[in-house]
Amino acid sequence: MSSKLVQGYEVVIGFETHTQLSTQSKIFSRASVAFGAEPNTQACAVDMALPGTLPVMNQAAVERAIQFGLAVNAHVAERSIFARKNYFYPDLPKGYQISQFEIPVVQGGEVSFYLVEGKETVRKTVRLVRAHLEEDAGKSIHEDAALGGGGQSGIDLNRAGTPLLEIVTEPDMRSSDEAVAYAKELHKIVTWIGICDGNMQEGSFRCDANVSVRKPGAPLGTRREIKNLNSFKFMQQAIDFEVRWQIEELEDGRAIQQATVLFDPDTGETRAMRTKEDSADYRYFPDPDLPPLVIDRDWVARVKGSMTELPRVMAQRFVTYYALPEYDATTLTQSKGMAAYFEATAKACNQPKLASNWIMGEVSRLLNAGDMGIENAPVSAAQLAALIGRIHDGTISNNAAKEVFEALWTASGDLVAETGALSLVDTIIEAKGLKQMNDTGALEAIIDEVLAAHPKNVEEFKAGNAKALNGLVGPIMKVSKGKANPAQVNALLMKKLG
Amino acid sequence: MSLQSQDMVRMASLAKLEINPQELEHMRTSINDFFKMVQAIGSVDTTGVEPLAHPVAIIQDVTLRLRDDVVSETNRREANQKSAPAVDRGLFLVPKVVE
Amino acid sequence: MSHLHDLTVAELAAGLKAKTFSAAEVAQHFVTRAQNDINATAHVQGADNTFGTGSFLALNPEATLAQAHAADARLAAGTGGALEGVPLGHKDIFVTQAFPTTAGSKMLTGYRSPFDATVVRQLAEAGMVTVGKLNCDEFAMGSANENSAFGPVRNPWDMSRVPGGSSGGSAAAIAARLVPAATGTDTGGSIRQPASFCGITGIKPTYGRASRYGMVAYASSLDQAGPMARTAEDCALLLSAMCGPDLDRDSTSLDVPPEDFSRSLNNSIVGLRIGIPKEFIGEGLAADVRTAVDAALAELAKLGAQLVPISLPLTELSIPVYYIIAPAEASSNLSRFDGVKFGHRAKDFTDLESLYKKSRAEGFGVEVKRRIMTGTYVLSHGYYDAYYLQAQKIRRMIAQDFQNAFKVCDVIAGPVAPKVAWKLGENANDPVADYLADIFTLPASLAGLPGMSVPAGFGMGQGKPLPVGLQLIGNYLKEAQLLNVAHRLQQATDFHLHKPEGV
Repeated sequence: MSSKLVQGYEVVIGFETHTQLSTQSKIFSRASVAFGAEPNTQACAVDMALPGTLPVMNQAAVERAIQFGLAVNAHVAERSIFARKNYFYPDLPKGYQISQFEIPVVQGGEVSFYLVEGKETVRKTVRLVRAHLEEDAGKSIHEDAALGGGGQSGIDLNRAGTPLLEIVTEPDMRSSDEAVAYAKELHKIVTWIGICDGNMQEGSFRCDANVSVRKPGAPLGTRREIKNLNSFKFMQQAIDFEVRWQIEELEDGRAIQQATVLFDPDTGETRAMRTKEDSADYRYFPDPDLPPLVIDRDWVARVKGSMTELPRVMAQRFVTYYALPEYDATTLTQSKGMAAYFEATAKACNQPKLASNWIMGEVSRLLNAGDMGIENAPVSAAQLAALIGRIHDGTISNNAAKEVFEALWTASGDLVAETGALSLVDTIIEAKGLKQMNDTGALEAIIDEVLAAHPKNVEEFKAGNAKALNGLVGPIMKVSKGKANPAQVNALLMKKLG
Repeated sequence: MSLQSQDMVRMASLAKLEINPQELEHMRTSINDFFKMVQAIGSVDTTGVEPLAHPVAIIQDVTLRLRDDVVSETNRREANQKSAPAVDRGLFLVPKVVE
Repeated sequence: MSHLHDLTVAELAAGLKAKTFSAAEVAQHFVTRAQNDINATAHVQGADNTFGTGSFLALNPEATLAQAHAADARLAAGTGGALEGVPLGHKDIFVTQAFPTTAGSKMLTGYRSPFDATVVRQLAEAGMVTVGKLNCDEFAMGSANENSAFGPVRNPWDMSRVPGGSSGGSAAAIAARLVPAATGTDTGGSIRQPASFCGITGIKPTYGRASRYGMVAYASSLDQAGPMARTAEDCALLLSAMCGPDLDRDSTSLDVPPEDFSRSLNNSIVGLRIGIPKEFIGEGLAADVRTAVDAALAELAKLGAQLVPISLPLTELSIPVYYIIAPAEASSNLSRFDGVKFGHRAKDFTDLESLYKKSRAEGFGVEVKRRIMTGTYVLSHGYYDAYYLQAQKIRRMIAQDFQNAFKVCDVIAGPVAPKVAWKLGENANDPVADYLADIFTLPASLAGLPGMSVPAGFGMGQGKPLPVGLQLIGNYLKEAQLLNVAHRLQQATDFHLHKPEGV
């Protein structure tokens, strides 16, 4: 990967992302994973680790892991092992977390994305080390001062046992821009294939960034791990701050100590967490309550067969099938809705490039202005297609089309409802009188009139001054109230003056 | 091999057990008595031998059973917290945790 | 008619069906005996025979009688289960809603489970009535039942001796006729060894055959529930109700259909090949135990069985292997006892760290702490491969040795323990001595094989007759075969009918 130096230092970033899998029940119990319930009302005996309880694996969590593995071209392990990660913490009911250690379910894989660097957009690829299944911990509530008469933290185990897929990258990122772009792409993939709701506020997609800096060519520097980055904005701020901080430390001759740090959005700074004692020795060992997870190849094949087309595959298809530029294809596959809207439009009007331009242009502009998603666009793909059709057959000019589009956007619902796309477009064109003048007779009349009125230009043109033609086209368009078809005007002028 | 006092201190800390020095020393002696027996396992040649997790795997493949993704647990907070040492408004209480 | 408490499970079941007596009468009778034993245990001064056995940790006469009346109703309606109205006790390692569950630990004093263990539910569904909860070594860690936070259990055959462990309360209660049957759990011999010491019958099925859901976990890859009673016939009745897949609750439970273990009790054992491991009868085996075991084997030979010498070469190694694997798993299983969600919480803590360390230090007994420490060590960084992993590999070799042995024999037989029940406190300062006494039960535990203990006579080495058990080990899922052999032996002998003095 290309690397941009910061004050002569190379930035090295690796990611660990905890994605909550969109299952109904927890990974090892039959309690609901729904967000926002009253404290501990969704923590069953198993989630509370009551004596005598045992874990039983949720098939849907495994299926989502398989989907992810296929989505990132990784190896889905035939046999993987659940292990216990032992440590004491109030939000960890069993005193160990059931995770995967030596043999994870998803091995390898990669995530590719486009990144704008200066003028050109470059393609980046981040290699994945692994993705493993594990259970989420509960939550500690520190805010409530009145709790238990003060000085106490409250433990809510509703989240305990929520299925997680922890996705681990190689240290392949070289800037906060790359890191954020990777995170956004990963977020797109997991939401696109529907294994995670992607809700970052509710913690469904939590990133830990391992950040270190080094002089180019030097061995990897000591890393600090920024925990729980739950917004792309904070992600960028946190990494940028951390990089500056580490460089300052080194420049001041201090060594970086490996640490876990938290980002404080208020101060915009990262600070080291109070290190958990003995956190160094987790005493991993295979969980004797859970035999090996075996995934037979037929299952993988079935999942593959039932999976939706992935963004990068779809983008490639847009390039080959609709002859779109890479950039258009990638932009249009940012979301399923956007891609579907494009395909519907392109199919209906047979003008893929025009459709792409309109969607990336006017449509996106008005969506952003109205801060709405493509799903709620007031102009349907069919209507946009009809409009593009009218541009293509020369009925209206591109500028006129923009007027029509605005009208469609604001057209009243019932009007839209009771009229077919094409007739609606035509009605608006008629109503606004934007139809281009294609009647040669009428146009010739206007031209003759203008020529008569501008003998000077005519002579200059005949004398060889091509520019003089503009002096004629302008008035013609003016007299025709802009309805004249520019191409046609030029053709007739040449004929008359040639 | 045998455990040193500092090993004992570290294990007690990892296992979250407050054990006074005398008790710890006494325990170290008995654990080291046991470890005299343990030496024997080091000399067994286990090359190529898979560890045995579920004993019955010796005669048949034992693999993880997967259940359907169905919610069947209802709210039983009261019963589940019946033996909890300290609870306030449904939350388990612990001394304030500083992160 | 003999006393109700002298009847076997089979006899009680028959009498209840025949309405000779009601489930309520039977329940009341045993509750009273249990209560008397508790009272006697409460003041243990004076001569041996004034001692209580200390078997019971909890009674709930109301719940017991309610269960009994329900049983009588079903008996009247003729809808009763196979064991309708027959009383039993549960080892206090099984969680129960109607009774507190302590696992023999101060850590769980007063703990009330919001659910019943699968095994408890299955036996209730078969119609059995729970008399109470039975004492055991703390978290089932022990071979003498001296590690209970609620006092030791005494051996009804000699109140100055241990009943064996960890299911000592179950064994002693049955020997003292306080219950006709009980549940036990066996991790390294905890059903077989106390059964042997108390002169009763007990069987540990194949690992995974009985659900572990609701058993307070000690060593997950070894723990297995099983029945204890006076006869093999009774054990078969209970085991038939206890076994079967628990697919919804226990991932290690085997998907093997329930079985009627009474079916083949009377099969002939003519020509049955019984393997005798030479490692089980070498030096280290007490002479009086050897004599009793040989006599029992001679009986089996008389019944037509064929005794064949076999070898289980890694027998001795099973001690270090077991005492690495079990504590490792225990150290992790017992982490949930942190004073936050349930169980003991220390009074004077300053912060979270001290809450953890004091609560656990106060809640756990010394042997439990020792095993947590050992287990933590063998899993810790840099030692995992040399200890835990190596032990799990040797475990496979041990299991493989059994498979090789079963090529030349159908059942394996030998002593359960190297000596008879020892004196209370004899090994107090020498835990390793207790570990060594497990040598003959550990191999089958590590291999997950079914094993049982059958009364084989009495050792005379201690000046008074003390029970000796014959251990029978079968191949996976061959519980019926073990019960068959045990039943035939009991048809030919009367060791299981003997009764401790003063009972």
